[in-house]
Amino acid sequence: MAQFSLPQNSKIDKSAGKTFKAPAGAKKVKTFKIYRYDPETNANPRVDTYEVDMGSCGPMVLDALIKIKNEVDATLTFRRSCREGICGSCAMNIDGTNTLACIKPCDEIKGDAKIYPLPHMPVVKDLVPDLTHFYAQLASIEPWLKTDTPAPTRERLQSEEDRAKLDGLYECILCACCSTSCPSYWWNGDRYLGPAILLQAYRWLVDSRDEATGERLDALEDPFKLYRCHTIMNCSRTCPKGLNPAKAIAETKKMLVERKV
Amino acid sequence: MAKTSKDLRSPLSRARGLGAAKDGVHHFWVLRVSALALIPLSLWFVFSVACLASGPADFYAVQHWVSAPSVAVALVLFLATALYHSVLGVEEVILDYSTGPARLTLLLASKFLHAIVAAAGIFAVLKVALG
Repeated sequence: MAQFSLPQNSKIDKSAGKTFKAPAGAKKVKTFKIYRYDPETNANPRVDTYEVDMGSCGPMVLDALIKIKNEVDATLTFRRSCREGICGSCAMNIDGTNTLACIKPCDEIKGDAKIYPLPHMPVVKDLVPDLTHFYAQLASIEPWLKTDTPAPTRERLQSEEDRAKLDGLYECILCACCSTSCPSYWWNGDRYLGPAILLQAYRWLVDSRDEATGERLDALEDPFKLYRCHTIMNCSRTCPKGLNPAKAIAETKKMLVERKV
Repeated sequence: MAKTSKDLRSPLSRARGLGAAKDGVHHFWVLRVSALALIPLSLWFVFSVACLASGPADFYAVQHWVSAPSVAVALVLFLATALYHSVLGVEEVILDYSTGPARLTLLLASKFLHAIVAAAGIFAVLKVALG
C-alpha cells in the first residue's frame, strides 16, 4: 500500500550525521553525503558527510566509496564485486537516481554527491538493501528453459531472427535499479513482480526454444503480478544498462491480448 | 513484504502468494476498447453541448435536441461507456493505493456509485427524450 512517510524508526536523524574532513593539502575535494544505518544500535538512520580528495581517487562513485572505506571509515557498508557494471552488486541511489556506483562517474554529479540505498527496500545496513523478496520473485517466474520435447543430441537450434528477439533482454544483470524506482513496486511490491522480473519473464516468453509460453502467460495474468504496471517508465529511464523493461511488459500485455482476441 | 519474526514461510512461498488470478487481460482490453469508443462520443458530446449553449439554453431547446432518437441513443451510449470506463479506471487507482478491508470497501463503493450514476443518467436522458 502507498506509504507517504517513513516509519518513525526509519526517519533520518538530521542532527546525528558525522563529518569527515578532507586531509590537509587536498586539492580537488568532493563531498559525499552517505546514508548510514546500523541495525545493531537503536539509533535512527543518519547521513554522514565525507570529503574526498579526488586527486588521489579513481573516477567512479564506487572508487570513492572504496577509498572512504579503506582510508576514512571502515564501518561504511556496501555491496560491490566486479567494478565494471556486470554483476549488479553496487546498485544504489546516487544523486537521486538508481544506478551502479561502479559505472557512475563522480564528475557527472553536480555539487555534493548524495548516496542512499535502493529506495523502498528494507535496509540491512548502510547501502545494503534486503533483496530477498526480489530474488524470490525471480525464482517464482521459473527463469529457465522449459521443454517437453526430449533433449536433442546437440544444441537446440534457433534462427538468427529468433535470437535477435533476446537482444535487450539477456543483458539484464538483475541489479534491481528498475524495480526499486517503480512507484507501483513501492506500493504493491509484495504482489507486483516489478519491471526487472517481468523483463526476465518476457525473456523466456519470446525464447523460440521454450515450450512453456502459455503456462508462463497463465502465471503472469493477474491484476497484481503484471497489471500494476502503468507504463510510468521510471524503469527504462533508470536502467544503468540502457534496457527497456517497460517495453518488455507492454509486449507481454500484447501477447495476453493476442491469445484472447 | 514486511517480514516479521513470526512469519516462517520461505521467501518463494511469499513471492508466489496465492498464485495468479488468471484474470486481468479482460480488464486491460475493455479499458482500451471503451477509451477508443469514448474518443468520438466525447468529441460529439462536447461539440453538441457547446452548440446548445450558444443558442437559447432553456429546457425546451434541450428537450427538442434530446428527443431526436439518434441523439438520445448517442447520449445513452456516451453515459454508459464513460461510466464503464470510469469504474475500470477507478478500480486501478484503488488497487494501487489501498489495501486490506479498505480496498474491498472502496471497490464496492465505487462499483455501486458508478451503477447509481449510470442508472440515474440514462433514466434522465430517456425521461427527457420520451417526454
